[in-house]
Amino acid sequence: MSDIQNIAVGLILLTGSFFAFVASIGLLRLRDIYMRMHAASKAGTLGSGLMMVGLAVYAAEIDVISRALAGVVFFLLTTPVSTHLLARAAYLVGHKPAEETRIDDYADAVKFDRDG
Amino acid sequence: MSSSAAFLQWCVLLSLAVLAVSFVLIVVRIIIGPTLPDRILALDMLVAVGIGFIAVIGVKTSYYLYLDIAIALGLVGFLATVAFARFVLNRGRMELAQEESARSAEDPA
Repeated sequence: MSDIQNIAVGLILLTGSFFAFVASIGLLRLRDIYMRMHAASKAGTLGSGLMMVGLAVYAAEIDVISRALAGVVFFLLTTPVSTHLLARAAYLVGHKPAEETRIDDYADAVKFDRDG
Repeated sequence: MSSSAAFLQWCVLLSLAVLAVSFVLIVVRIIIGPTLPDRILALDMLVAVGIGFIAVIGVKTSYYLYLDIAIALGLVGFLATVAFARFVLNRGRMELAQEESARSAEDPA
């Protein structure tokens, strides 16, 4: 275990947990479901992905590295899908964005779908 | 123990502490809601933080078996969020249909 590897793993883990912390603060403090979704999906995925990369750097074995990177790729592929589905469902059942949201193009699209 | 190994131990402990604090913040969001999609989103985030915990514990103990469990947990979290989104959509449609039928019963014209 070299010094550079130890320091790199420590810094990667600290960065990942910092991003997870930022995501949870955003989840608690932002105003409506769509803004919270923005915090949780971007910063949350970055946080857990960075910590998996830290584990891969620490182990430096081919099986651990391949599994960790496969997990990161899997999170990067699935998070946008699940977040999009949840946002679409929340909007269609009538959870409106906060007052501060000025641009709401999806309202026009949904109205157009319903009216013709 | 060399100084870099001590630095790594310190980073691992600090990461665990930060993750624990963010875990508590997410649980607060699950409790206060206020809507069902908020709670579903917080649950999704809870899974992400759980995966982070697994990675940090893997570095702390040099025990890599839990990595498979982290991947499986990510899969389960994804499927749960998708299923909950369908549930929100279906329940909202049912409520909309009930409102429509109540309105037409009140006002037949």
